[in-house]
Amino acid sequence: MYNASDLKKGLRIKIDNEPYIVTEFNFVKPGKGQALYRSKLRNMITGAQFERTFRSVDSFEPADLQEKKMQYLYKEEGKYCFMDNESYEQVFLTEDQIGEAKNFLIDNLEAEILFFEDKPLEVSLPNFVDLVVVQAEPWARGDSVSGKTKPVTLQTGYQIQVPPFVEEGEKIRVDTRSGEYLTRVKE
Amino acid sequence: MEETWRLSKKQDTLWKRARMIHAVRDFFISRGYLEVETPNMIPVLIPESHIDAISCGDWFLHTSPELYMKRLLAAGYPRIFQICKCFREGERGSCHLPEFTMLEWYCQAIDYRLLMKECEELIISVAHNLGYGDVIPYQGQTLRLQRPWESISVREAFALYGPMPMDKALKEDCFDEVMVSYIEPHLGFEQPSFIYDYPVSKATLAKAKEEEPDLAERFELYIGGKEIANACSELTDQNEHYIRFEKVQEYRRSMNKSVYPISERFLQDVVTMPAAAGIALGVDRLAMIFTDSPIIDSVVTFTPEFL
Repeated sequence: MYNASDLKKGLRIKIDNEPYIVTEFNFVKPGKGQALYRSKLRNMITGAQFERTFRSVDSFEPADLQEKKMQYLYKEEGKYCFMDNESYEQVFLTEDQIGEAKNFLIDNLEAEILFFEDKPLEVSLPNFVDLVVVQAEPWARGDSVSGKTKPVTLQTGYQIQVPPFVEEGEKIRVDTRSGEYLTRVKE
Repeated sequence: MEETWRLSKKQDTLWKRARMIHAVRDFFISRGYLEVETPNMIPVLIPESHIDAISCGDWFLHTSPELYMKRLLAAGYPRIFQICKCFREGERGSCHLPEFTMLEWYCQAIDYRLLMKECEELIISVAHNLGYGDVIPYQGQTLRLQRPWESISVREAFALYGPMPMDKALKEDCFDEVMVSYIEPHLGFEQPSFIYDYPVSKATLAKAKEEEPDLAERFELYIGGKEIANACSELTDQNEHYIRFEKVQEYRRSMNKSVYPISERFLQDVVTMPAAAGIALGVDRLAMIFTDSPIIDSVVTFTPEFL
């Protein structure tokens, strides 16, 4: 069971026996009033979205989903193919189901595929993925503490803001939940 | 290197926040207010239905400096202000931190109407001090500071923006939900906005209006849809204090929330408390406005997640 105070972006809960994911979340408290948990929810089967405000006394059950560890193989005709490393079973996810994850998908990456009954719903990536910087402006030294950022392109084509000292060819760790730069990775 | 970089991005914002706090101090000192410091670690609390304290040994970290500032008021300090850290259990959101900075001030012999004026004067004075003219930009909008500011009663706001009148929302126990979803999104976007005359049930320590005792002389200041300050004409009737405290304690018991000890000394001091108005203003939120920041994280050095 989850309480309203456990709600956060990405949490999957069950409402009327269907799985929902929290897509936006904020804690609010109108002056002297009670704590309220404003959420945007998406039905993970139909994709329908709606807003709902919960109170701290509300509670939820986790969504009935099965997670299976699978490996990303390739993309073909707009479909992303993942394989179960034990059974060699393969499933395909659509561009819509993949969503933002496409920015961080590299060959052979292990990810959790979520199933509702037998249907694959979406992919949940590790929180941190290491990606190679394929294009970056060179570093003008001395710039490290000015708080500036610069855009670079990663091997997936994803553009990201990084500190100026990150150079082309380096590997960086990216937080897949926020899409933001975390740190450089030394090999 | 990464941590340094993350923090160094905040430099401009933190400088501006510091200048803003200086300007606030200048404003009050020039008006003859005494800056005070009251204890942060206290054994008793003013009962609040929806504010939970953080324990500190057998005592508590204060959730606001209200109790001890009012005892000073009762002891004959007519104009006092304080800028301090306050602590509230479980409050974390885009405008909330469990440890945040509050500005609180009290002035004897004025009511909430006059306090609205002083509030306007404070914000305008700080804006000028930071080099703004009559407008400040906030999140792509332009906030006009020319007076008078918008002022709307809670009842009018419910009628204008809400799905139901105020009294119905109270009866159906959805006052807070309507406030958050329908009313706050309209407040303070073109200019700062006061919303006033809250139901007495939503104003523990505000004086009831003589002509309409179901309403209390309480107002909130909103800027850019955000609640910046909460104020009221202070309740000075001792008996009424006992009644309202008991109601809150009863509510907390019914919700299985901790029931905190009440200050008998405070209740005795209330007898000598003069007519006054008092206000609590979120310093971090005001800094969000002046630094054009969408979330509270941007205007503090460290958030609890990065300690």
